[in-house]
Amino acid sequence: MLGWEFPPFISGGLGTACYGLTRAMDRLGIKVTFVLPRMVESQYTTHVKLLTPGSQKAISSIKGQEFKNVRFRTIDSPLQSYSSADFYRQQLKELLRRRHDKLSKITAASQFISGSDYSGNMYAEVQRYAAIATQLAEEEDFDVIHAHDWMTFPAGVAVAAMSGKPLVVHVHSTEFDRSGEHVNQMIYDIERMGMEQANKVIAVSNFTRNIIINRYEIDGAKVEVVYNGVEQNSKVASSDDIHIDKNEKVVLFLGRITMQKGPEYFLAAAKKVLSVMNNVKFVMAGSGDLMHRAIEIAAELGIGHKVLFTGFLRGDDVRKIYEMADLYVMPSVSEPFGIAPLEALGHDVPVIISKQSGVSEVLKHALKVDFWDVNEIANKMIAVLRYPPLGITLRSHGNFEIRKLRWNDTATKCAKIYEETLVAV
Amino acid sequence: MPSVCFYFQVHQPLRLRHYTAFDSTDQYFDDYKNASICRKVANKCYLPANRLLLEMIRKFEGRFKVAYSLTGVLLEQLQHYSPEVISTFDALTATGCVEYLAETYYHSLSFLYSRDEFIEQVNEHIETIEYLFGQRPKVFRNTELIYNNDLAELVESMECFDAIITEGADHILSSRSPDFIYRPKGCDKLKLLLKNYSLSDDIAFRFSNRSWPEWPLTAEKFTRWVSNVNGNGNVVNLFMDYETFGEHQWIDTGIFDFVRHLPQELLKNPDNNFKTPSEVVQSYEPVGTVDVPNVISWADTERDLSAWLGNPMQSNAIHELYRLEGKIKQTGDEKIIADWRKLQSSDHFYYMCTKHFSDGDVHKYFNPYDSPYDSYINFMNVLGNLQSRCVRPALVDASKIADGASIDKDSTKQKRLGVRVFPRQNSTDANDSFPLNRNRKIRTRKTNKAF
Repeated sequence: MLGWEFPPFISGGLGTACYGLTRAMDRLGIKVTFVLPRMVESQYTTHVKLLTPGSQKAISSIKGQEFKNVRFRTIDSPLQSYSSADFYRQQLKELLRRRHDKLSKITAASQFISGSDYSGNMYAEVQRYAAIATQLAEEEDFDVIHAHDWMTFPAGVAVAAMSGKPLVVHVHSTEFDRSGEHVNQMIYDIERMGMEQANKVIAVSNFTRNIIINRYEIDGAKVEVVYNGVEQNSKVASSDDIHIDKNEKVVLFLGRITMQKGPEYFLAAAKKVLSVMNNVKFVMAGSGDLMHRAIEIAAELGIGHKVLFTGFLRGDDVRKIYEMADLYVMPSVSEPFGIAPLEALGHDVPVIISKQSGVSEVLKHALKVDFWDVNEIANKMIAVLRYPPLGITLRSHGNFEIRKLRWNDTATKCAKIYEETLVAV
Repeated sequence: MPSVCFYFQVHQPLRLRHYTAFDSTDQYFDDYKNASICRKVANKCYLPANRLLLEMIRKFEGRFKVAYSLTGVLLEQLQHYSPEVISTFDALTATGCVEYLAETYYHSLSFLYSRDEFIEQVNEHIETIEYLFGQRPKVFRNTELIYNNDLAELVESMECFDAIITEGADHILSSRSPDFIYRPKGCDKLKLLLKNYSLSDDIAFRFSNRSWPEWPLTAEKFTRWVSNVNGNGNVVNLFMDYETFGEHQWIDTGIFDFVRHLPQELLKNPDNNFKTPSEVVQSYEPVGTVDVPNVISWADTERDLSAWLGNPMQSNAIHELYRLEGKIKQTGDEKIIADWRKLQSSDHFYYMCTKHFSDGDVHKYFNPYDSPYDSYINFMNVLGNLQSRCVRPALVDASKIADGASIDKDSTKQKRLGVRVFPRQNSTDANDSFPLNRNRKIRTRKTNKAF
């Protein structure tokens, strides 16, 4: 399996998905070799200290007790999921500053900083990952190649060509989700090439499947929808944390602050909510290329004092923020799946999700809005905050509903698709 | 010997418009949607079904009979949007083979929350039916056939009804047949008519179901089943939504042909006949007492209230609604009171039902909302606005009293004397007044012919 994110080194849903999927496969007794690029030290925007993986040891020590059948291999690379070219350049700058020696392979630092040809080097990075993955593959024994999103597609295609094994590509998001209509042609080409070469394409929702068929012209017959699962949350909230009688309600945005996630719609709705009720705080948890812009927008709207930015959260901080929240809102412009709302429901937080998301296909007990319909988003936010029975009903039904979304089912479906590719070959 | 007693429930709710927290208009209802649904159902069901039944009644020269319960909110909509339907009801009434039942004008659950309000709504409905069709209903049916011993006692105490109707649910009968007349527990005079849900649902729900072993249902087959009751029952009560004909069961299922052939088949056997509920009450005496301590209804398999009051949203919405009763009535403002009553229609709470939401079944079909949550939010936003309106008239009243105006006092007095004040009767717009006078009918008959 080829991926580039794995908890705790994640920046979005992809790492969570790979974790859930491999863990379920592990339980099913499917042997997985997971090839990861080594993560950069931290995102420049986050206030949370990241563990430095340093070596494979870090990952294996964390995962050792959890996984019996999954092995992790890492490749030194500054690759980050969801990164725009801009962000990548930032990352490289950071990297270059900190680990100058380690990145000797990357030729001219000034080239990235000037940004004249960054995409070419992003491409080189992907190719380098592919080359090393191919080398690793020679040492490994496997039946199927499973590649997660575009950065691993060249690697997947190369390994498939070398080994003659079937390739399954898993599309967690497309360039259209990340960049709207301003697609990066290079990434689009890689995505399309990967899907064309693959024996099977797994889409995380019908929403994504439609994009794959319509925008990438992939034969629908080989594109299958496999929904993500959600980690079954068995924890009981620690009693000291809950039911703190607070006067202010908390509305939560949790996700990368990028165009794709619709932060400006969240803020515009917040402004409207605050025009009719005062005892609300809006929390934006996450980082991303629009974070500074989002802070500016909040200030321009005159609601800066009501909006808190926490930066990127992990682990226990995520749990704490969910426990504080009265409502979770995901106004995504284009969301292939969206695991976070399921996690929110798992933490007993009712959710408002955009209809332009894959998760709205599987979640009935959620409030649904068009991301652009700021009035309606605000209307629903107010309703949840004003009418407690709404939240109670959403929570109880939603919590029940997500119990049916199991990673085991996701893994089983993937395994079935593997078998199909093996028979076809 | 069994008599067949048909009663059709005819109702369309007033659907609310999309109403956000930022709206402040006092126009709560979606006139466009209500008009288009009303006209659609009129064309698919009410008009063709009324014409067909009229034809049957005339053909069998009084031997075929039916009963209707028409809600007040439906009648208001028909008058506004499809007056030709009312003229076909006039024609049916004129045959003398049609009986009208009484219910709450607003198709409400008021019995469960306010006895005063319940009685007011029943009286409003009786007056309306009498005004429109010249009949004073003698048989009562409660919204969704919701029923218990208390309801029967209350209805008997109103001293204007001979009988009450409810669901022949298995658990209240404990192996007794619904095909007899019973006496509600605690009542001396009132009789109880029970719906034969098995035979009723064969028509209302299973008629077009191809996986049902008895499909296709023919008039001959159905007659055989009814005749089987012979010897073990007096009357087969077939109670169903009128929208069964043409709307729930589409015309291409053959439902109209079934109805066309049924009277003929049933009347072939001289032992069979058709009776209206009042005739049933006059013909048969109770064979026993039925005790219903807990509330029942005709909904779903549970036959309980869970379709309207099953989750915290529904419970909250209805409690908040009835909590306003005092405030609303104090305003003496007819528009406010009418709006409040229109919000009582059981449909508003039915839309909030989460019971089968995940399966997207029958509840979905009748629901104008995408989700029960949207329905609750909308309802609560409207209710919030209605509540805010209760404050203002008090201020107006105070100023009026200061000016020595006495209009409001007069209308209060009228009410105390039990004189029914028709909604919007005092409206300055004559075309908007309800019920419309008889001239309207002459005008609409023309419309009907053109139809």
